[in-house]
Amino acid sequence: MMRPGDIAIVGAAESPEIGTVPNVSSTGLALDGAVNALEDAGLTAKDIDGITTGYFPVADISRQLGIFPKWCDNTVVGGCSWMFQLRNAAAAISAGYCSTVLITYGESGRSTRHLTNTGDFGAKGGLGQQFDLLYGAGRPAAMFCLPVVRYMRDFGLTEEQLASVPVAQRKWAARNPRASRREPLTVDDVLASPMIAWPMRRDMCCLVSDAGGAIVVTSADRAKDFPKPPVYLLGSGGGLEAGLASPAGGRDPLWPEFIRTSGRAAFEAAGITHADVDHLMIYDAFAHNPIFGLEGLGFVGRGEAGAFIAEGNTEPGGSLPMNTSGGGMSYAHTGAYGMLCMLESIRQVRGEAAAQVDGVDIAVAHGWGGFWSACSTLVFGKDRP
Amino acid sequence: MAHPLVPVPTPETQPYWDGVAAGELRLPRCRACATAYFPPTPVCPHCTSRDIEWFTASGDATLYSYVIHQRPSKLWNVDGPMSVALVALAEGPMVLSTVVGCEQTPEALVLDMPLRASFIPFESVSVLAFEPAPDRAGVAR
Repeated sequence: MMRPGDIAIVGAAESPEIGTVPNVSSTGLALDGAVNALEDAGLTAKDIDGITTGYFPVADISRQLGIFPKWCDNTVVGGCSWMFQLRNAAAAISAGYCSTVLITYGESGRSTRHLTNTGDFGAKGGLGQQFDLLYGAGRPAAMFCLPVVRYMRDFGLTEEQLASVPVAQRKWAARNPRASRREPLTVDDVLASPMIAWPMRRDMCCLVSDAGGAIVVTSADRAKDFPKPPVYLLGSGGGLEAGLASPAGGRDPLWPEFIRTSGRAAFEAAGITHADVDHLMIYDAFAHNPIFGLEGLGFVGRGEAGAFIAEGNTEPGGSLPMNTSGGGMSYAHTGAYGMLCMLESIRQVRGEAAAQVDGVDIAVAHGWGGFWSACSTLVFGKDRP
Repeated sequence: MAHPLVPVPTPETQPYWDGVAAGELRLPRCRACATAYFPPTPVCPHCTSRDIEWFTASGDATLYSYVIHQRPSKLWNVDGPMSVALVALAEGPMVLSTVVGCEQTPEALVLDMPLRASFIPFESVSVLAFEPAPDRAGVAR
């Protein structure tokens, strides 16, 4: 049985450039992230005996790095796939299948250079192609945002509160030189930005970026041997849901069970309560995602998250710093944001983030995949319990 | 090459698409737990039974939630705006669709408004859509 802190992140890095990187392919971004993460860990490819990636065949990546692993994982459940892969890697290391795992990600989401995607949502004969892509609903702003109008009516969430989500995150981005959008943003600015898919306006939608990133994971017993302070994995959770577009089995799109399942598993494994959390990342493809995440994870009650954010609780100086890189709406969002989401948690625990929060001992990262058909929750800690 | 949004049925979903082509909304129902469900699969998502039957649904529905896409996908031959909706069928399941036959505005698209199934042409096939059914206003689903 894995205990909290048995596994540690000992290397973590992004590609040298993120945002608009037209001269590098998706694969190249993944390789850039991988090499940077190895350097960050003071390791070479020969030290790696396990590897994971998603959206590419894992063997394509391993052979380009000269890594010939004895364990691999190619889990693809959408944007949070790399968070699932970290959980799988932790289990594999605990089981003795391998000792040091490289988790790699790259996506030329903006420049679309050699974009490959093995998680093909539109595969012929699949349920997605037959029942979800019709009506143009495969576009993220349609698919992901379907529940928002009903949530607004049922819980009184206002357009102004929804607009306050990117506004709060922009205050973090202003402190981050790597964030793509750093200029000041007001609620009025957001509400004046073009309508994309009612009720979602442009500034309530994520960026479309190029980026790569990677992390190196090993057992905590070895973690003191690396150049950077280890970041311990205290707990993890995950879950799959019916999906939004054609929810099977009578699942409730406004209160999807998988968020609570994932969050409970992670918090219980880590042995923490909400009051212990110093820093939070909730994958923000769209402005309502952090609202659903805050409520589903239990940080606030149902219907309270919009006011919680609008009142400034997640901004610099607030009680619960959230999405401190600027998030998918201001920092970068490639298409699958899960790696960038957890890398910010790791930077914050290490104390090396651009918009560093004081005293981050425990950080939680929560990601989504496949337009709300998967989610993952990770708890990181500065100390091994 | 076939249009990427033209649905490619499988043996398990063919009865649904045959129904749509005939102007009927046909749904699978589990004989074991008597629950209608969607999307069509050979196993009941409620009780895992494989004892499935098909029936023709009423077509009555209500509007559960939606977005109004200002610029729909170029693959979907419509000059926006266009609704993409979650529609609750009278028989229980929820389906993804679009609401046609009314203004594509928040004022016209009122949550829980009564709808009825309608079938619209897309490329070489028909697909399911819904239109307002004001005559059923006030009728509980």
